[in-house]
Amino acid sequence: MIDDSRVDADEYPEWSPLSIHDMTVAYHRRSVLWDIDYHAPPGQLVAIVGPNGSGKTTLIKASLDLVPKLSGGVRFFGKPYRQQRDRVAYVPQRGSVDWDFPVNALDVVTMGLYRKIGWCMPVTRKYRQMALDSLDRVGMAAYARRQISQLSGGQQQRVFLARALAQDAELYLMDEPFVGVDAATERAIISILHELRSAGKTALVVHHDLQTVKEYFDHVMLLNMRLVATGPTSDVFTPENLKKTFGGKLALLDQVGTRMSIGEGGK
Amino acid sequence: MFAEFWAILFDWGAIDTWIVLTAALASMACALPGNFLVLRRQSMMGDAISHTVLPGIVIAFLLTHHLLQSGVIDDSSRGTTMHLAMFIGAIIFGILTALLTEWVQKLGRVESTAALGVVFLSLYAVGLLLIRRAADNVHIDPDCVLYGMVETAWMDTIGESSVPRMAVVNGSVLLVNAILVVLFYKELKISAFDPGLATTVGVNASAMHYGLMCVTAITLVASFESVGNILVIAMLIVPAATAYLLSDRLSHMIVISLVVAAASALFGHVAAMTLPPIFFRRIGFTTVTSASTPGMMAAVAGLFFIAALLAGPRHGLLSKLLQRFSLRLRIVREDVLGFLYRREESQQSGNEPVVISRKRISESLHHAGWILSTLAIRQLLQRERILMTPEGYRLTESGRRTAQKLVRSHRLWESYMARHFDLPEDHLHETAARVEHFIDVDLRETLASELEGLEIDPHGREIPPAVDEPTAD
Repeated sequence: MIDDSRVDADEYPEWSPLSIHDMTVAYHRRSVLWDIDYHAPPGQLVAIVGPNGSGKTTLIKASLDLVPKLSGGVRFFGKPYRQQRDRVAYVPQRGSVDWDFPVNALDVVTMGLYRKIGWCMPVTRKYRQMALDSLDRVGMAAYARRQISQLSGGQQQRVFLARALAQDAELYLMDEPFVGVDAATERAIISILHELRSAGKTALVVHHDLQTVKEYFDHVMLLNMRLVATGPTSDVFTPENLKKTFGGKLALLDQVGTRMSIGEGGK
Repeated sequence: MFAEFWAILFDWGAIDTWIVLTAALASMACALPGNFLVLRRQSMMGDAISHTVLPGIVIAFLLTHHLLQSGVIDDSSRGTTMHLAMFIGAIIFGILTALLTEWVQKLGRVESTAALGVVFLSLYAVGLLLIRRAADNVHIDPDCVLYGMVETAWMDTIGESSVPRMAVVNGSVLLVNAILVVLFYKELKISAFDPGLATTVGVNASAMHYGLMCVTAITLVASFESVGNILVIAMLIVPAATAYLLSDRLSHMIVISLVVAAASALFGHVAAMTLPPIFFRRIGFTTVTSASTPGMMAAVAGLFFIAALLAGPRHGLLSKLLQRFSLRLRIVREDVLGFLYRREESQQSGNEPVVISRKRISESLHHAGWILSTLAIRQLLQRERILMTPEGYRLTESGRRTAQKLVRSHRLWESYMARHFDLPEDHLHETAARVEHFIDVDLRETLASELEGLEIDPHGREIPPAVDEPTAD
């Protein structure tokens, strides 16, 4: 990995909730990302849009150090992630956990508060109340004691959202929150996103439904293994840019990336 | 037979109490880390570690033996040193198992169970080779390795007291494990449920993973001597797996697993005492005079698991059958109401309620069978949905409301299908007759609004209006 500690502050400005500088990821046959340079605009709702396998999830995971980067760096509000964990909340894809796990909705939301509660400390009533309040914000307070496999897909997604809200972060990274949810959940997520924006917070949302991008999001990031375009939705979400993004993969990028990930031994 | 049973139990002595206590403490100590192995889908890791600690123990034994003989370590504390060294050896190999499995999985690009199989058998083989090599120094009794020595635990006591040393060892491990689980409860829970999230909220999930492997290895080694290899593996997984079927909170699961572990120890010993003389002699196996207590404990734990599988509330087979039965019963109840309602519609006779003879009703229910029909009608009478008159049955006001909702669902669905599918008229009724039982008030009114106030169904019948107040049924 290239040492990026000496890169100056221009590349990682403090105003940007998420700055990515020249990031390349080729990880164990996962999607490949090439030379991403990006500054997330503060206080905006940003859609991350691209075809399957274009590296949307990988972008989020690599930013959070959940998968290794080949090169480049990521800063949150100008500082490395390790120092900024409190200010960043992550909503993974719903399929990433075992929903048969013996916990109820309230337990899952409380997990978002574990950092605040601290190592080895018990969950007190104060924190349970905070978790309950978050569940209430997504309209799920009535289901707090329900085992999570007894919830519908949309309700499960709202539990994940409530957990991120409980973290009370400034930047929210959400991976496909709208997939497979009912209309009520979609409305709940949208109204939460608006609440977050009014509170001056930023959300980067991996989004697959091109119909609603213009309606829901201020900014957009078009991704297909490389950054195709980024900017305000009205400027960037154009038919030409979409054609560039969805008009087939650049086969060469994929091939070279796969070779590199094998060469790295999937480290 | 019962007299015989009680006569044997009447001989229960202090020795039996110590056997049960020692085994129960060991089982409970194993069950605690077992909960997390089961939840992380790493149950086989426990099995693997129980084998791979062998080379660690043997290497530690040989090394310490060598150091003792050459006088580097004082011989006066031989026993303690030996135990400590074997624990350390076991821990190192426990962690090594987890590490090697991950490496093999990554480098060999094989699935995790295959990697585990490779590592576990190779290390176990190394252990067996080392034992052969060291056979001059060590006496290893296979019976003792497999079944442990819980039955003779009372002979080796602490000082002058009658407390067996093994009971103290197992009790200490249980205590340490319990403290660790209480202390790291949140951290264990989050890193088992969602390692990614654990990392983002600052809990080091891989540290928790290796910590769990350490604890598992220590627990296994500590319990080996008393209850043996087989029971240790059983107690690591079976109580936790049983508890998993019976609970939907992690804290409940842990408590239930402890109860199952302790109960297996108690009933296992009782079974070992009573089964050979009573049961096996009766079925003609006169040569069977005794059974191994640890073996019986594992068998009893297995029975607990089967019982949980059958009767568990969430995944239990019985509860599934029960659910299916109550669904069928509800459908028959609703069919009776629907039948009466439709009869009322077709034979409207002024203000007189329509009474249908018992025979006509049972004819309409011929598909349901006698038991379901009888039960359904009894429940409808109890809930005052229908009334019994000398001539037969008729709907009550609340029954009519329930029936109206049902018929409304039926005809709305038929209309909806007719509008969106190009189906002949005779295809509509049968699906609707099934679907009507699964349409709740929300869905019904969504259908109604989609159909924009349609009042007549495809067969030309009136779609009954919505019922104002919801009645529970």
